[in-house]
Amino acid sequence: MTNLATRNLKAASLWAFIVLIFVLVPVLSTSSYQVNLACHVLIWSLFAVSFNMLWGVTGMLSLGQALYYGLGAYSVGLMVDHLGRQWYLPAMGLGVLAAAALALLLGLLVIRVGGVYFTMLTLAFAQLGWQITFKWYDFTGGDDGIQGIIPPGILESGTVYYYFVLAVVMLSIWVLKRMAFSPFGLVLRCVQQNPDRVRFLGRRVRRNQLRVYVISSLFSALAGSLMAGVDGSIHTDMLFWTTSGEVILMSVLGGINQFFGPFVGATVIILIEDLVGARTEYWSLIIGIIIMVIVLVFPKGVVGEAMRAKSLLTRTGAGR
Amino acid sequence: MDASFLLTQFISGLTMATLLFLVASGLTLIFGVGNVFNFAHGSFYMLGAYFGYQFVSVWSTNFWIALLLSGVCVGLFGMLAEFAFLRRIYGRANEGGFQILLTYAFILIIDDLVKLTWGAEYKSLPRPAGFGGAIQLGDIFIPTYNLLIIAIGMIVVVAAWWVLSHTRPGQVARAAAVDREIVSVLGVNVPMTMTLVFGIATALGGMAGALAAPLRTVTPGAGIEVIIDSLIVVVLGGMGNFWGAWFGALLIGEVNAFAVAVVPQWATLFSFLVMVVVLIFKPEGLFAARKVRKV
Repeated sequence: MTNLATRNLKAASLWAFIVLIFVLVPVLSTSSYQVNLACHVLIWSLFAVSFNMLWGVTGMLSLGQALYYGLGAYSVGLMVDHLGRQWYLPAMGLGVLAAAALALLLGLLVIRVGGVYFTMLTLAFAQLGWQITFKWYDFTGGDDGIQGIIPPGILESGTVYYYFVLAVVMLSIWVLKRMAFSPFGLVLRCVQQNPDRVRFLGRRVRRNQLRVYVISSLFSALAGSLMAGVDGSIHTDMLFWTTSGEVILMSVLGGINQFFGPFVGATVIILIEDLVGARTEYWSLIIGIIIMVIVLVFPKGVVGEAMRAKSLLTRTGAGR
Repeated sequence: MDASFLLTQFISGLTMATLLFLVASGLTLIFGVGNVFNFAHGSFYMLGAYFGYQFVSVWSTNFWIALLLSGVCVGLFGMLAEFAFLRRIYGRANEGGFQILLTYAFILIIDDLVKLTWGAEYKSLPRPAGFGGAIQLGDIFIPTYNLLIIAIGMIVVVAAWWVLSHTRPGQVARAAAVDREIVSVLGVNVPMTMTLVFGIATALGGMAGALAAPLRTVTPGAGIEVIIDSLIVVVLGGMGNFWGAWFGALLIGEVNAFAVAVVPQWATLFSFLVMVVVLIFKPEGLFAARKVRKV
């Protein structure tokens, strides 16, 4: 009993520590650029964690989550652009709803097939979305993207918007974590490990897969809609398949078997990209080599390796 | 919509289909034998185009020799990539994601290596001697180079089919696609077979790149466009299915050629639409691969 209580306390204090660091960022930072970077970290973390609900937890490797991320961003961008700034927050809600509806519709199609077919289908639909956004110049601005998306009211200030992002992201991640460790989350893990047995136990595999697909897509869209206000501009690249690849990378780097892995992965990747991008023209070569090293040498990810190191240390320490 | 218009578009669609098939057949072969999805396949195609440029435009090699050499060089590159890197992740849990990441890393690295070696500006390749003109057929002109591509494509297809079905390495590769364990128990070095298959597949892609270079410009971004189209072709035909890829390439090539002529702005959408329609009715492709035995 006390053991459980201490463990809860430990987890809670870790949470509080992470939140505290992010709360302090605007206070300690020396430039608005650093706050902006922290915003990117938070939003990508939400995107990566919601993606990992699909892959790491349920075993559904989607290469098309950029579709929902972009949908969230474009619903905000388009509504602010066409209707005005006061529509910013309603647009976020609408984007999330639209993503949920689209995910439900597409989900019915794509979860019929498993494994690599699922991956390819999600990729195909996302690329279709990218093509439409790219070509429909009159409506979406095509390759130009949309500029000048400024959040309304007090959110216009960078610092206030940062705290808004922090609150939304932390709340979402908390909800996702509750979900991942709920009975529903357990069923999802079982779906990954042994779908047949899930059926024997009287649970529906497809329905649970559809649920998590919709949930993941919905939070991806939320991340996208938050991103629209960070730099004030959005671009079709947000829907491109490399964006979907990026969250896979973040998840792997952090560790796909840990809930907070993708969070750590997103943080590290954003910081690396920032460092590399500022220093060399050949950033894709550097990133490519980094990906290779991660995949070949550290497949468990940062959090995974840390856990292993910790268990090794405690084992020798206890003499077990 | 007169006959000459239809014929012109048909030939141009056939040209595109041939190039697509050369890339997609390699992709589907690698998938069939090793269950690997090589996202970097388009990059090997691009590499082939650059090798072609290097041999023909810089070292003024004969076009035909250059074509062969480009294929061989790219094939060697592919074998190296498989042998040194890809091989290490086979059989890992959640292998799919790692495959995507590793081959994505190949794309990034090859892209920048190409930029470092040849620069970022567009390159072009002249058509080979004797194939610069066009044949007149009634009131339409068909470029001889397009006919050449189609002919070479047919030869390669038949050759690849013959190798796969009538030679021992081909039979081993097909057997390995069905059951790796049994084949390796029979004394075949399955990992080496996979490296070889990877080499042949990337060589086909590289040759396609060199062949396409005189028609399209050679740019560092060429790989990405090709891989998406090839992916559609492979998914349409049923992954791992050689003739399925052939049919898929034909379908996508022709759909594209006619869409470009009728609704130019939205042409690229049509290949996706075809795929979506097919997949709604046949989620595993038109010619689904044999059901893999579940262990």
